[in-house]
Amino acid sequence: MIELYEQLKQRYALGEISVQRFDLVFITVPRENLASLLLYLRDTEGFTHLVLLTAVDWIEDNKFQLTYLINNRESATDLGLRVIIDRDEASMESIHDLWPTAATYQRELKEMFGIDFPGSPRIDEDFILEGWTEIPPYRRDFDTLEYSRDTYLERPGRSTSDPAQHMKQLFYPEDKD
Amino acid sequence: MDKKTHKDPAKTSAELPSVDLNPPEVQPQKPPAPPAERTIELPEELRKRTVKGPGGVEIEVEPLRDYYCEAPPTVMPAAYSKIVEDLFNWARAESIWILGFGTGCGAIEMRPLMTPRYDAYRYGIQWRPTPRQANLFVISGYLSVKTLKRAIRSYEQMQNPKYVVGLGSCTINGGMYWDSYNTIKRLDEYLPVDLYITGCMPRPEALLAGFMDLKRMIRAGEAEGANKYAEYFDWYKANQKRVIKDWDMPDYSW
Amino acid sequence: MGFEWIKIPYSLLTLFIVVNYGLLLNALIAKIAARVGRRHGIPIWQNYVDMIKNYGLRTSITHGVMFYMGPVFRLSGGVGLLLFVPTIYGSVMFSNLSFAGDLILALYFVFFGTLGMALGAGESGHPYAAIGVSRGLAQVTAAELPFALAVFAVALQYETLSVTEIVAAQQGSYLNWTLFTNPFAVAAAMLSFLGSMMRPPFDVVLAPQEIPIGPPTEYHSSYLALMQTNRAIFPIAKMVVYMNLFFGGAVSWPIFFVKIFLIYMVSVLVGVVFPRFHVEHSVRWFLIWAVPLGVIAVAIV
Repeated sequence: MIELYEQLKQRYALGEISVQRFDLVFITVPRENLASLLLYLRDTEGFTHLVLLTAVDWIEDNKFQLTYLINNRESATDLGLRVIIDRDEASMESIHDLWPTAATYQRELKEMFGIDFPGSPRIDEDFILEGWTEIPPYRRDFDTLEYSRDTYLERPGRSTSDPAQHMKQLFYPEDKD
Repeated sequence: MDKKTHKDPAKTSAELPSVDLNPPEVQPQKPPAPPAERTIELPEELRKRTVKGPGGVEIEVEPLRDYYCEAPPTVMPAAYSKIVEDLFNWARAESIWILGFGTGCGAIEMRPLMTPRYDAYRYGIQWRPTPRQANLFVISGYLSVKTLKRAIRSYEQMQNPKYVVGLGSCTINGGMYWDSYNTIKRLDEYLPVDLYITGCMPRPEALLAGFMDLKRMIRAGEAEGANKYAEYFDWYKANQKRVIKDWDMPDYSW
Repeated sequence: MGFEWIKIPYSLLTLFIVVNYGLLLNALIAKIAARVGRRHGIPIWQNYVDMIKNYGLRTSITHGVMFYMGPVFRLSGGVGLLLFVPTIYGSVMFSNLSFAGDLILALYFVFFGTLGMALGAGESGHPYAAIGVSRGLAQVTAAELPFALAVFAVALQYETLSVTEIVAAQQGSYLNWTLFTNPFAVAAAMLSFLGSMMRPPFDVVLAPQEIPIGPPTEYHSSYLALMQTNRAIFPIAKMVVYMNLFFGGAVSWPIFFVKIFLIYMVSVLVGVVFPRFHVEHSVRWFLIWAVPLGVIAVAIV
C-alpha cells in the first residue's frame, strides 16, 4: 500500500496518509483530484468496488469530510480517500458515472447531511425521511433529543439509572462509598 | 427505563403501573409545531390537474378526492340482542386474524408463533396478508414516522371491530429510541391501542399470554378500539398530522 | 311428468350435510397437515368460528355491483354443481335435481365460479386480484381441457349424458368402475382434478407469499364468509361429480364420506410432495401430460 501511495504521489497532489492496518489505508486528497484518482484506481489499480461513501461533520472546523472507501478484490485491500469540503453550501462533484451505486449514497448524504451532489440521479427525492422540515438530522448542530421532545409526545414515568450504580445497589447495598 | 416493565415479560398489560389507554378528554397541552423551514408539496401524481381525454374532452382530476371515500368512520353499534353480540364476541375472540405487517424488529418475534413449538393456530390465531381480512394489528416494535403513515392506512382499511396490540417497550414510551428524531414514542396517541405487551423484545410466550388477555377483553366486549377511533377521530387525526408533515393521503382511507 | 316439490327440501338437506362435511373436512385436512409438522393445528370447529366472526363484522365496504356478485356467483357455482348431480345413488331423498342431461350442466358449473370470481375481483380494482384472476383463468382453462375430454370419453363409453345412468352402469362390482373400465379417462381427469383444487403444486393463483392471496384480496366480512362457505361446498360438489363418474358413486352417506375423503387426500398428498408451479409451467404440464391421456381415452372408447 505504501508503494501505491508513493507511486500515486508522483502523479497526483496527495495529502497525508494514515495507515490503519496493512490492508487498510486512508489518504486525504484535494477535491479536484478525486474523480481522476478514483478513475485511475478503478481501471488501472484494480480497486473495482465502492464499499461505501460517507461523511463526517467536523463542526468545529466548519468542514465536512467525505470518505470514499474502495476495495481491491484481488489483493483484498481497502483504500479510503478523504475529501475535506466546506460546511457552508456544502457541495461535491458526483461520482455516479464511475459507480452507479454511488447515486444512492449521495441521495442519503444529501438528505442526512445536506451535502449537494449536482447532477446525481434523483438527488432531490426523499430517501428515507419523508417530509423532513428541519435541518438535516445528521448534522451535529441538530439536537435530536430536543427535536424528539418537541415533536413526539412522551409518556411520563420514564427513569434512567447508571448500570454500575444500579447493580451496586442491588447486590451491595451496605457498601456506601 | 422502568424496571418493573422488564421484570417478567410473560405478564402483560396488568403489570403496567399507570398507563391510561383512553384518550384524554382535553386537547393535549402541546404548542403547535414550529413553522416549517420548507413547505412540503404534494407529489406530482397527487396534485389536482386537468387531463385531456379521448376526443379532446378535458377532465379535471383530483386524485385525493376522486379515488377515495372521504367520509370519516362512524361509531358502529353492537348487535341489538345481547345474546347475538355475545356470540359474535366469542367468535371474534376465538378467531383472531393478524395483519401480516411487521413494523419493527419485533416482527421477528411473531414468526416463531407459527412454528410447532408455539403454534398459535391452536388458539384460532392466524395471519392474513391483507388488511381487509385482518382483525388484529400488531405494532411490532418501534414505529418510525414513515412507517406510521403506512400503519395508519393499513389500520383504517381494516374492518370494525379491529384491535391494536403494541408490542415491546418502543410502542409504550419509545424504548431505546426515546431520543430518536424519527420514532414516535406513544403509540396510543396515534392509534387506539387495546393492549401493550412489555419487553424488549417480549418472548413468544409473552405474546401468547398477551393474546390470551386480548381474547378475554374481546369476550367481555371491552376491546372497542375501532369505535374509540371513530369517536375521537379528530383528536387522533390532529396527533397524526402533527408528526406526519407530508400528509399526502386522504384523511380516512377505506 | 310433473315436478316433485318434495325434491327442494331434500336438496336443501343435502346441501346442509355437505356444507358441514366440507367445513369439517377442510379443518381435518388442515389438522392432518399440522400433525405432519408436529403441531396441534387448528381446532376442528375453527372454520365455523371464522365464519361466524366474518358474518359478525360490523362494517363492510363495496367496490360496485360486481363486487357483490362475485361471491354470489362463486357460491351459486358450488351450490348449482351440487344440486344438479345425484349425491347418493339410488336414494330418492338425495338424488337432488338431477335430470337426463346433467353431465353437461355440471361441466358448466365447474367453470362458473371462477368466472364469477373474475368479475368480482376485477371490480375490486386491486392489482393483486387482477393478477390472481388472470392466473386462475389460465390455469383452470388448461385444467378443464383434460377433464372435458375425460367426461366425453365417459359419456361415449356409457352412451348417456345422465350422471345417474353413468353411476348405475358402474354398480355391481369394483371392476365396473370407470377407474377399471376406462383408466385413461380417470387418469386424465385426476390430473385435471389436481389443477382445480387450489392446492400445491397448482396454488399459484392464491400464492399467499407473493400476491397476498390473489383474487379475494379485497374481500372481507360477509363477502369473505360467503366465499368460505363456498370453499366448503365447491370441492365437495366437484368431488361428487368425480365420484359419480369414475369411482362408482355412493349408495349411502358413510360410503360417500369415505370416498370423498380419499379423493380429497389424493390432491393433499400430491400437494405435500410437490412444490408450486408457475402458471405457464402448469399450463404446459396439463397440455403435455393430461390432454394426451384424455385424447387416448376418447380414442379407445
